[in-house]
Amino acid sequence: MQSYNLSHLRELEAESMFVIREVAAQFEKPALLFSGGKDSIVMLHLANKAFSPAKIPFPLLHIDTGHNFPETLEYRDKLVKKLGARLVVGYVQDSIDKGRVVEETGPQASRNRLQTVTLLDAIEEHGFDALLGGGRRDEEKARAKERFFSHRDEFGQWDPKNQRPELWNLFNGRKKMGEHFRVFPLSNWTEMDVWQYVLLENIDMPSLYFSHDRECVNRKGTLLARSEYIKLMDGEKWEKMHIRFRTIGDMSCTGATVSQANSLEEIIQEVAASRVTERGSRADDKRSETAMEDRKKEGYF
Amino acid sequence: MEHFSGNGYLDMELLRFTTAGSVDDGKSTLIGRLLYDSKSIFEDQYEAIRLSSERRGEPEVNLALLTDGLRAEREQGITIDVAYRYFATPKRKFIIADTPGHIQYTRNMVTGASTANLAIILVDARKGMVEQTKRHAFIASLLGIPHLVICVNKMDLMDYDQQVFERIKKEFQGFASKFKVHDIQFIPISALKGDNVVEKSKHMPWYGGSTLLYLLETIHIGSDINLVDCRFPVQYVIRPQTNEYHDYRGYAGRVAGGILKPGDKVMVLPSGFTTKIKAIDGPEGPVREAFAPMSVTIRLEDELDVSRGDMIVRVNNVPEISQDIDMMVCWMNPVKLQLNGKYAIRHTTREARCVVKNILYKVDVNTLHRIQDDKEVGMNDIARISVRTTKPFFFDKYQINRFTGSVILIDEGTNETVGAGMII
Ligand SMILES: Nc1nc2c(ncn2[C@@H]2O[C@H](COP(=O)(O)OP(=O)(O)OP(=O)(O)O)[C@@H](O)[C@H]2O)c(=O)[nH]1
Ligand SMILES: [Mg+2]
Repeated sequence: MQSYNLSHLRELEAESMFVIREVAAQFEKPALLFSGGKDSIVMLHLANKAFSPAKIPFPLLHIDTGHNFPETLEYRDKLVKKLGARLVVGYVQDSIDKGRVVEETGPQASRNRLQTVTLLDAIEEHGFDALLGGGRRDEEKARAKERFFSHRDEFGQWDPKNQRPELWNLFNGRKKMGEHFRVFPLSNWTEMDVWQYVLLENIDMPSLYFSHDRECVNRKGTLLARSEYIKLMDGEKWEKMHIRFRTIGDMSCTGATVSQANSLEEIIQEVAASRVTERGSRADDKRSETAMEDRKKEGYF
Repeated sequence: MEHFSGNGYLDMELLRFTTAGSVDDGKSTLIGRLLYDSKSIFEDQYEAIRLSSERRGEPEVNLALLTDGLRAEREQGITIDVAYRYFATPKRKFIIADTPGHIQYTRNMVTGASTANLAIILVDARKGMVEQTKRHAFIASLLGIPHLVICVNKMDLMDYDQQVFERIKKEFQGFASKFKVHDIQFIPISALKGDNVVEKSKHMPWYGGSTLLYLLETIHIGSDINLVDCRFPVQYVIRPQTNEYHDYRGYAGRVAGGILKPGDKVMVLPSGFTTKIKAIDGPEGPVREAFAPMSVTIRLEDELDVSRGDMIVRVNNVPEISQDIDMMVCWMNPVKLQLNGKYAIRHTTREARCVVKNILYKVDVNTLHRIQDDKEVGMNDIARISVRTTKPFFFDKYQINRFTGSVILIDEGTNETVGAGMII
């Protein structure tokens, strides 16, 4: 007998496609935030399915800190070309040059937080009214609280204590002039779901996710990859390690993990056995207990 | 880990459940306990809540901090908004919505519960059922959650006494007999100490039932969707406008009920035109069948005028088509429901305006009696109302189909979602 149950991956897929289509239907000028990380890659893959055989009816928006892994940019440009998508880039460097933000200094400096201003400027400049983000609720405790359709006021701020009710799959994207929405189609996915889905769908992933040799410095337990953006502090040194990345963000704050996992199957096994969360390697979350909530309130991703 | 090494892990069943109950009954602690004892907590997460508990001078690690992630929640020691947590065992994958018990945040409980297949309702063994327990239990039944698991918590504070459990069980059964539930089970637990959560309690040999986790892993959920009445709300029209797909016209959406197949004779609402399904494109390519909750794109034999908000149904099985809708509504806004007030109304992918024609009664959540002399419907009230919409809607009773039986009301001034309606 035929069974009418979807597997968890197909159910998550169906939910995400529904949410992505809802954004195309409810908003006038949406965009998809593409960072080159695994979540945005999966989201883009789902968006492509949602509108197939037509093209994705909105552009991709990349907020470029200027501190990218070169592999990320290469992957991004290749994929954009393959999908025939439109790419809009907001540069943090422009925000710095215009005096909109002041660059952090010192060895721990990161442009991660500055991205918020560049992001909000890009939203205003292009008149975007909804941004699809790859955020997942399992990533972090403040994200665990966020709606699929997350309302932002005219200053781009999130009010976690006063979120709109969100019932069934009836999404309310109504807003006033100047306000916008962040929409998270992957809300219910876990890191494991993402990798299982990548395997199931055979999605091509950036080489950074697979183990390779790289020079890193161990800074309070975070392994930072060698680049011009990381300055050694007293007593630190570059060491060659066999690593991979579980998340990919700005080079100044993305930590690597020592790993032998070189295939999707091995990555899945590693994730299954892992005793720390993927954000455990992100220096930006370690700044305070509610670092993510505070950043999100200001308008961060 | 053994169970992830085969290929079977790509094909697991998903169970969505929610917590419910009054403030401080131990919902968040229970979720923390469930995650901790099933080894689903990561070291860095545990370390973070351990440090945080220490900083607040708490004697033990406060497992509720796993879900109470907002600054305000941690300051006040209560849950304010739903937190979603995820875990998997070799048998199933789970999506948990841990909801707040405080009456002020009832709307967030409704948010978390609206998509659940199962609700865990906690009752404090010392207090028994209080008004908020009853409100949540009634909301869970209104929302049509097919499975209720009543956990009598804090048994450690009542000497793990069987009498206490039996008394609360009886009290709950008496209350639940007044509304519709399919499946209801009772477990005596201590979320704090871990009794009957993942491990069987040593303190309650008199309890012969299963632990909470075992129940979550084994409860039968296959038959919770409607496979009979074909309903396909059109969400988005796909027109590639390329040479290759010059004549392609696909209707994208999520199946809300029934099983749709190529060749089926269908009717498009509201136009009433009939045609046949030519093909159904799923996420992996053409499919021979589509059922809820699949997201697919349907192509029709004839070129008809079909747009978002229309519904494709089987010719011999159409939903109710009307501008007058009767519903139970959960009110979720401090501004009261206005008789003769106008609201935006959203149902499946269709949106219109409506006017509230009648407020029939309010429900007293303590007794479930109808209150007919006071028709002021404020925040957290549940009432039966009828509305008239500006254009026809195509709907079923909520009891028959959660997707085609639910609506939301939106305040046109503030754009806030103010009411959750279940069609009767
Ligand atoms: N002794 C004992 N205390 C418990 C038990 N479960 C929870 N508690 C305590 O009850 C208090 C409230 O627990 P929470 O888990 O925050 O309650 P809650 O139901 O999530 O509360 P809200 O989300 O605000 O409605 C905390 O101090 C817990 O430690 C239990 O089984 N035994
Ligand atoms: Mg709680």
